Parts: sequence; C-alpha cells; structure tokens
Amino acid sequence: MAGFWKPHRVGMAVVALGLVALAVIYGRWEWLANPKYQMLFVKGIWLSIWLTVVTMCVGMVLAIPIGLAQAVGPWYLAAPARVFCTVIRGTPLLMQIWLLYYGLGSLFPGTWVQKSDLWPILRQAWPYAVVALSLSVAGYEGEVLRGAFKSVPHGQLEAAKAMGIPRFTLFRRIWLPQALQRVLPTIGGETVLQLKSTPLVSTITIMETYAVAGRIRQDTFIIYEPLLLLAVIYMCLTGLIVLLFRWFEAQTPSRTA
Amino acid sequence: MACPPVSQLSAFDLLGLGECGWGDTLLLGFGNSILIALGAYALGFGIGVAGAFGKLYGGPVTKDMAAVYTTLVRAVPELVLILILYYAVPGLLNQALVAMGRETIVLPQFLTGVVVLAFVQGAYQTEVLRGAILAVPHGQIEAARAMGMSPLLVARRVIFPLMTANAVPGLGNLWLNATKDTALLAVIGFAELTKATFQASSTTKAFFVFYPAAMGLYLLISLVSILGFGQIEKWARRGQRDVRG
Repeated sequence: MAGFWKPHRVGMAVVALGLVALAVIYGRWEWLANPKYQMLFVKGIWLSIWLTVVTMCVGMVLAIPIGLAQAVGPWYLAAPARVFCTVIRGTPLLMQIWLLYYGLGSLFPGTWVQKSDLWPILRQAWPYAVVALSLSVAGYEGEVLRGAFKSVPHGQLEAAKAMGIPRFTLFRRIWLPQALQRVLPTIGGETVLQLKSTPLVSTITIMETYAVAGRIRQDTFIIYEPLLLLAVIYMCLTGLIVLLFRWFEAQTPSRTA
Repeated sequence: MACPPVSQLSAFDLLGLGECGWGDTLLLGFGNSILIALGAYALGFGIGVAGAFGKLYGGPVTKDMAAVYTTLVRAVPELVLILILYYAVPGLLNQALVAMGRETIVLPQFLTGVVVLAFVQGAYQTEVLRGAILAVPHGQIEAARAMGMSPLLVARRVIFPLMTANAVPGLGNLWLNATKDTALLAVIGFAELTKATFQASSTTKAFFVFYPAAMGLYLLISLVSILGFGQIEKWARRGQRDVRG
C-alpha cells in the first residue's frame, strides 16, 4: 500500500473527500431519514441483485446449447442460433423489453391465458423483465461460449474419448468446465454489464433501485442527491461483482505460461 | 382526408408515409438516432484519444484523473449517468452563465443527448485505444524518437497507423454500442427511434408491426456497420502478414 499513497494521490484524495463533504453538508439528504424511502431502497437493491443473479443463471443455462450449436452443431441448429445471437446483440435491450411487455403482454387478455392459473403471474411485470434480461444474456453469452467451446484443446476431448467416457459425461466433466474456466473473466465483465442493464426494467413499472430514486425525485423534487446515492450504490455492487469473480478465478488452479 | 380506423389499416398502411401511416415518424426517429450516435461517437473518439494518451504518457495526476474517469463511468449504469448529466450539464452551465451576469439558456435536447452519450463513449474508447497503443511494438516508437521526431509527429506517423488495425475491432463494437445506447435517450423523452416506435405502437396497438420494423432498422445499422468495419480493418491491416498459418 505504501506505493499507492504518492503525494499527488494524497492531494487527490483530499479533494475527493472535500467534494463528498460538500455534497453531504450542502446537499438535501433529509429524505434519507424517512423510513419509507429506506425500506424502498433496501427492497430496490435486493431486487436489482436478484434480477442480476437470476437472469445471469437462466441466461447461462440457455447460452450453453446456443454456444454449442454454433461451435459444433449441424447447420440447421447453428443457423437459428446465429440468427438469435445477431438479433439480440443487434437491437437495443430497451426495445426487447418493451416488445415483450407491451407487445406480448397485450396478446394475453381475452384469450384462454386470462382464465388459466398462469394469469396472476403473467399480469405482473416481472416475468417479462426476467425473460427479456435472460434472453439478452443468452444472446451475448452464446457468442462468448461459442469461442470458449472451440478453444478447449482437442487433445483433451480425444483423450477422454479414448478413455471410453460417455459423451454426456465428457461434456459435463471435461468440455464444459474447461470452456467456462477460460471465459470466467469475460463472464465477470458481462455480469457487471448485466447489473448495469437492470435499470431498464424500471420503465416497465418494476421498483428496482433506479426506480426508487425516480420515485423520490417525483415525491420531493430533489434531483441530484438520490441520483448521487444511486451512482454510489451501483459502484459498490460493481465492486462486489468484481471481487466475487476474482475469488471464483482464484478457486481454479491455472498455470499461466 | 380522414383516416380509416386503425383496425382497418394493413401493416403496409401503418408503416407507410403520409397522414395515416407512422412511417415518417419512424424514419425521423431513425435519422435522429443515427445523428446522435454519429455525434456521440465522434466526440467520444476525441475524448478517447486524449484519455488514452493521457493514461499512457501523461503525468501522474493526469494518469490518475483518467483512471478515475474511466472507472467511474464504467461502473455506473448508462441510464443513471445519462440522467445525472441530463440534469447537471444544463444546470451547471446556467449557473455559470448567471454568475457571469448573462441570461440562462435552454440547451437543445439533441446537443445534451450527444454530449451525455459522448461522455460515456469516451471512457470506453479510452480503454480500447489505450490497449491498441500498448500493442504497438515498442521498438517502433523508440526508433521514431531516436530519429528526433517530435511527440506529435511520432503520434501521427507511427503510433496512429500502427494502432489502427488493433483498435478497429474494439471501436467497431463501441460504434454498435453507441447506436444501441441512443435508445436510452427514449427514457428522457428524446424522439429517437425507440421512442417513436413506442408512440406509434401504443397509439395503434400494432405492437408486432412497429417493433419488428424498428428492430429491422437497428439490425440494418448493425449489419452495415459490421461490413464497414471489416473493410476498414482489412485496409488497416494491409501489408501485414497473416498470422494464421
């Protein structure tokens, strides 16, 4: 740490602390004392984390067959997978979310779906958010995994075949783990991007962290302070994700040539 | 001329130009999106070049300032940054104008959008360009310095030509991001393609006409850009040996 605190950095830290102090002293923070807003923020942060984790997991599960189809699949599987990835990656996520929520959501009323047991779930906003964010992950990670599956050394797979390991076991114990290990840093970066995409679902009435700040702005007409708090919250969450993935990467011993 | 009710219009009528169709609204939004993306990308490139050279060759303070800028911008969601800057930039500008004893102005929304997205683009472009400069063989730069070239001349004659090939793939991705990030301006009410699509589809309820059409337009930009950047990379790599044996 001694190398970090050079004289100019001490100066910059003092300036930064001064700015924080100015924001705290001269800003209007009285709304933070309101238990209603505290509760909203806690729920919102929890929802942001939940959305990031769930959609990353669902999306990765979807991305594995998509990546596999593109890497080694026959053309009739590879072509649709490629089209899916191109469409997801080539259009704005906001538009995908709105298409699902407003478009797909408008098809259901008046059909059998409205009478079915699924309706209480499908009339809410969160299923559409989860589906849209998961499909987005699937599109981006499918492309990442395509490269990852191809980059596993062929000798590994041949050796496993020579050992008589069944195809599914080979995939589960040799091919997939090695592919995932190679792209772990990339997936870490994509998780940060995914966290930064979650504010988009506030546009379809989901009260995650960003929407909470918007609500406070509407209630109290205070503009900057909730937004600054928002930026700090997202920076902390980003830091957590970076640390988590650093820990993940340390778990698998790797030899760097 | 009165238009027939929406239910009697076909997809072609809805997407058509003129009184009954929404085609002109969509195309206007599309044009706005492209203009904002171009402006933000160009301005972001300027920030990126300055940031990359600052990070690599600047003094200790410049280096750390650039690091703070890129880290902060890349850690906070674009939507949050856009909102902060959307309120802060005109606010600060007007405070400065008042302090100088002039009258306040209303910034055109278009300009604010471009500046805000350029600020975000600049952080990412800094990182791409920094990586590309680092990939230039060090001997080339040293040789140029040994020839007595001034820093500007080294940058213009040696670093830029050699780094272009390394930077093009990353810059291409960022251009695609820039076109898609324009959609975020819909949230602050700017009439770009996503907002136009939203208005057209919520008025007519023809969601599955307008959204696929707009997505087709976005895809069109993406595909054309991918082809274009492929050509640029080919041009930038002219004379280089193909490493794939």
